[in-house]
Amino acid sequence: MLLKLEARPEPSKLMAYLSPLLAVALTLIGGLMVFSALGTDPLEGFRVFFLNPVKDTYGISELLLKATPLMLCAVGLAVGFRANVWNIGAEGQYVMGAVAASGLALYFIDSESAMVLPAMVLAGAIGGALWAAIPAFLRTRFNANEILTSLMLVYIAQLAVSWLAHGPWKDPEGFNFPQTKMFADSALLPMLIEGTRLNFAFVIALGLLTVGYVFMQRSFLGFQMRVAGQADAAARYAGFSATRTIWIGMLAGGATAGIAGMAEVSGPMGQLTEHVSNNYGFAAIIVAFIGRLNPVGIFFGSLLMALLYLGGEQAQQYLNLPSSISKVFQGMLLFFLLGADVFIHYRLRLKGGK
Amino acid sequence: MEANLITSMLFATVVAGTPLVIVALGLLVSEKSGVLNLGAEGMMAMGAIAAFAVTHETGSPWLGVLAGMGAGMVMSFLFGILVLSLMANQVASGLALSIFGVGLSAFVGKPFESVALAAVPPIRLPFLADIPVIGPALYNQQALVYFSWALMWAVVWFLYRSRAGLVLRAVGEAPASAHSIGYPVIRIRYLATLFGGAMAGIGGAFLSVFYTPLWVEGMVAGRGWIALALVVFATWRPLRVMVGAYLFGGVMIAQLFVQGSGLEIDMPSQVLSSLPYWATIVVLVIISRNAATIRLNAPVSLGQPYRADT
Repeated sequence: MLLKLEARPEPSKLMAYLSPLLAVALTLIGGLMVFSALGTDPLEGFRVFFLNPVKDTYGISELLLKATPLMLCAVGLAVGFRANVWNIGAEGQYVMGAVAASGLALYFIDSESAMVLPAMVLAGAIGGALWAAIPAFLRTRFNANEILTSLMLVYIAQLAVSWLAHGPWKDPEGFNFPQTKMFADSALLPMLIEGTRLNFAFVIALGLLTVGYVFMQRSFLGFQMRVAGQADAAARYAGFSATRTIWIGMLAGGATAGIAGMAEVSGPMGQLTEHVSNNYGFAAIIVAFIGRLNPVGIFFGSLLMALLYLGGEQAQQYLNLPSSISKVFQGMLLFFLLGADVFIHYRLRLKGGK
Repeated sequence: MEANLITSMLFATVVAGTPLVIVALGLLVSEKSGVLNLGAEGMMAMGAIAAFAVTHETGSPWLGVLAGMGAGMVMSFLFGILVLSLMANQVASGLALSIFGVGLSAFVGKPFESVALAAVPPIRLPFLADIPVIGPALYNQQALVYFSWALMWAVVWFLYRSRAGLVLRAVGEAPASAHSIGYPVIRIRYLATLFGGAMAGIGGAFLSVFYTPLWVEGMVAGRGWIALALVVFATWRPLRVMVGAYLFGGVMIAQLFVQGSGLEIDMPSQVLSSLPYWATIVVLVIISRNAATIRLNAPVSLGQPYRADT
């Protein structure tokens, strides 16, 4: 007896939706196994990691706060991924968005104008988009692989922010910590709920998810990009511009990642530090896939991924485990998803031994 | 410049380039069979921590290198299951492998963050090491440096002089034809992928056990990605991979050059640190500018899943 994969006559729609759930279930099982392997009671580990973070309203507000940058980065990335534009440098675009917004906040540190915040959002979007424009230009003009160039720019962006925080932008009264001055109140995002850290960026993220949905599902340009991703040759015959597809795909990811970076410095951080990025740009790649490159799926995917972040912090605090356990679970989740996706195109058949 | 300075720069360049040589040659073989593994960064990270941990526990750097190799192979096997058996997208799966490997290495490496290993003494080749200037730089090196040279020639011989290498290239160029004349495409791709993983693991081991005998989270610092770029830059040719790797090694130790030049250059250290990444971008642009070069040299089925429908 042998299990054999057999091609389905048509891709299964049902499996396309079930496979993320299957991946989540497998990650939970994998998580239990990791906990027992580490000598932690698996049920206790599960409780601390997955339930503790969301046991009260404050916990849920923290979950939404963490999910915000993930939603923002992922929705922009999904636009590109759908068209097979592999921008994997959202992490760097996030950092450059944060840098651009911080530059504005520091320049207008004495201003009380209500225009500072909208200008910072715009600066964040432009900063991220400009950083994404480099791989877009190199791809369209010189045919250079955008995966490698966008990734190299992540390292460069991190070095740039490290230079700014240690050098020209360092707070002279900051006891030599690599960080800028705290922003003025006019440069901080308003809170949504009193007593929590959940801020207006969550509303922006929901808005951009809606925009992303309309663009991808309802607009002709979005349709063209989907065709380019699924059937490159068909898109060429139809005369859809490949160059435009690449530009839109890259800039969308850059702009939303830049806004996410802005939201971090203008929200929970209130200043720019060397460690402005928290791997959100990479985690968002997983979110985009687990959400099936669909804004509704991305919403739920971000909540899940945010839970993994918070769970890691809890595990560090209460189980004495390194918080990088989050990254292990994140990687596992994407692994299981990609594996489970095989059942969209294939089904298992028992094959009698010959 | 005085001779001593040239010697020490040459020495440092070779050391910095060596992990790139090893990793990129492994990736080259796996790409020649049609498998694009973007998980090099994750495999190197796992190789680095496994080698460090085992060296620390046993005191033997060689057991460490073996462990690093094993860790790289396990990682590449996971990748193989996804893309070869389950026909998952190679780009996405490679990303997953990188994210997972970097995360897992940070997790298991936590207890090793504050310990250092004893430096492994270099191996001096008699007579050769006495050649002025280049002798001490090239022939008084770590064993893995000599290994990387042997590896380069072995890969050249294997790919272009051996029957098995011919089959491997056939699988990468035309999997359907190779299958139809009876070659097990998937098994050959598995072997090539495992070889890539083994070399990435050794490359990682070189970093954590020989280069800087320390474990720091994120110490691979993009070298896996640079190695991937090197293979493109070398248009899938082993000798060019080695030349490219040493060029990058030179860029990575730019700091040393600046200090050695005696010039008073007031530049933030971050600028120098970012040079390898800029160089990777520039090099990719130069080589990709001519789309035909890439098309002519890249294995035809690179990144494409293959399934024999029986």
